[in-house]
Amino acid sequence: MSAPPVLRVRGLVKEYGEGDARVRALRGVDLDIERGDYVAIMGASGSGKSTLMNILGCLDVPSSGTYEIDGSDVGRLDERRLAILRNRRVGFVFQSFNLIPRMSALANVELPLVYGGIGQAERRARALAALEQVGLTDRVHHEPNQLSGGQQQRVAVARALVTAPALLLADEPTGNLDTASTEDVLEILDRLSVSGRTIVLITHENDVAARAKRVIRLVDGAVVEDRRQAPVDGPPPRLSGHDRADQDRADQDRADQDRADQDRADQGPAGQEPAEPGPANRDSAEDGAAAR
Amino acid sequence: MNQFEILRFALRGLLANKMRSSLTTLGILIGVAAVIMLVAVGEGSSQSIQKNIQRLGANTLTISPQFSGGGGGGLRGGGRGGNTGPRTQARQLSLADAKALTDRTLAPSVRSVSPVVTASSPATTYGAASHTISQFVGTYPSYFEAVNKPVAEGTYFFNDDVLAARKVVVLGRTVVEELFGSVDPIGKQVSVSGVPFTVVGVLKEAGSSGMQDADDVAIAPLPAVQQSLSGFGSLNSIVVQATGAEATTAAQSEVTAILNQRHGITNDNPDYRILNQATLQETVSQATGTFTVLLGAVAAISLLVGGIGITNIMLVTVTERTREIGIRKAIGAPRSAILGQFLLEATLLSLVGGLSGVLVAFIGTRFTVAGIEPVLVPSSVALALGVSVGIGLFFGSYPANRAAKLRPIQALRHE
Repeated sequence: MSAPPVLRVRGLVKEYGEGDARVRALRGVDLDIERGDYVAIMGASGSGKSTLMNILGCLDVPSSGTYEIDGSDVGRLDERRLAILRNRRVGFVFQSFNLIPRMSALANVELPLVYGGIGQAERRARALAALEQVGLTDRVHHEPNQLSGGQQQRVAVARALVTAPALLLADEPTGNLDTASTEDVLEILDRLSVSGRTIVLITHENDVAARAKRVIRLVDGAVVEDRRQAPVDGPPPRLSGHDRADQDRADQDRADQDRADQDRADQGPAGQEPAEPGPANRDSAEDGAAAR
Repeated sequence: MNQFEILRFALRGLLANKMRSSLTTLGILIGVAAVIMLVAVGEGSSQSIQKNIQRLGANTLTISPQFSGGGGGGLRGGGRGGNTGPRTQARQLSLADAKALTDRTLAPSVRSVSPVVTASSPATTYGAASHTISQFVGTYPSYFEAVNKPVAEGTYFFNDDVLAARKVVVLGRTVVEELFGSVDPIGKQVSVSGVPFTVVGVLKEAGSSGMQDADDVAIAPLPAVQQSLSGFGSLNSIVVQATGAEATTAAQSEVTAILNQRHGITNDNPDYRILNQATLQETVSQATGTFTVLLGAVAAISLLVGGIGITNIMLVTVTERTREIGIRKAIGAPRSAILGQFLLEATLLSLVGGLSGVLVAFIGTRFTVAGIEPVLVPSSVALALGVSVGIGLFFGSYPANRAAKLRPIQALRHE
């Protein structure tokens, strides 16, 4: 491909702490991500996937190694250009939503445009369009604490999309969601992938990864597996086999349970992240149902 | 990203914590109001003191004898050898001294000279009423103008009355009230230590200045008082009026020259004392100026405390909203926007506090405080307001900088 990749990472190393307490979170990661790709990064907790994601989103700086977005070297940018980069090129979706409290959904989605210097009228139109894309037209004036977890995450996705970034990064976007909300968010991501958006997503759930075109597995801060599931310029695998969708939804609960068991097995004694939905998640599931 | 949006964020931030914002504002309000009001009270008292001094008479020198000094009298040959020893013979002020001061060529800056004798507390009666006048003055008609005591009813006495030693008197308001009550005193005869004086006029009310009642006074022609009350001895004082405010210093040196010559004084230890109204006024205004500065300084401390309150609250706000700062940075807020938002929050707090402080001070200075009418000093309003905004910027910049410098990932991980 002649055009430079959206992301090019070379020899990325990140270390925390000093001396004996030093932890190497990333041990030289090389990665190219093409435009329009849908990449899932998998790995047990402590494998360095969140660290990688934070560096890709320009939220953290690597200890060494280079990182280019659209051909420009992020390490050489000053604070101001970095802010512009975060604003225009990258959309970030967090596991814990990270909406600003006491601001309506609309205001939250408008925020990146405000910092991007877009005028009020256009801002509103684009924010409403983004909220429509995630199916929240009827919730625009609700504040985060009036929304269910799934709705909050969809607002966060709308916020990440509203600046039309080259790259959408999602750090375990479904980690705090119940199954129905997970399905909503993943469907939105599938649609975005079809429309040509580049997506990088972190997950430790196999059936979330199954929907990506490419799966990268990290172990102890290094890439151990890079598997392509669908061509870059085609639709994501999930949408090529359309008929499976309904059955999957029906089997969701059982699948969840299986997945949780499997995850525990995968992670072994080192795995510390609770994979099964805890009581909090059940609550939010009920909330989600009630809000509907 | 324009300024208006930053302002909107700042306002939203402040309104999210109304109680906290208003209490912080209160600190600045009290500081600003205190500065303006205390300076106004200081200025008011200074002005009232100045007015009191002016009421004593403008452009006047009061010469009074001083017994510790003295000229080269008869005892100079007594082995004391020089001018430093204690004086045994100090000359009193005499009518001749007063006359000498009227010399137009030696003392061109002198407009009028009024020799003064005072009879000490003579008992005065009218019919059954009796009153002891605290100040019974014998002088010339020029005295009225020199010491700024105009007549409100009746007339002054004139040079003819002085020459003829007529027993006429002009009374102060307090004396009239004590002796006559509501009766018109003009033309009535009062008895002063048994000597009958005819009342020709009543002085305009001067009001009490400090301890002394300036209206408990009677003024009569000099020879009449000397004849009947004080005797033909020395003068108690000489009141000299200069030709103008700027001529008082010249008049003082002319008077000094004439008296030194007449009293034979060669050193700087004269046997008289000259009280210059202008220098007195200057001294007093310096003293009251210091007083005003002192009041302002005390108030400025409370303004400073208010400023520290702003820092404190902004630090709390920044800590509390670290996560929000992280989110804003993650979605592309430039450092300047974060800095601007928190700096503006601090400045708004102090500006609102400052403006309401000015308002409170404007209302407060309309009331009389401890008998003093406060006088608003415009520069103090501008200064207090400017300082309060400056405090917002200064004390807000540390927390705002801390917020702006946070790395997004640090801020996001903050709990």
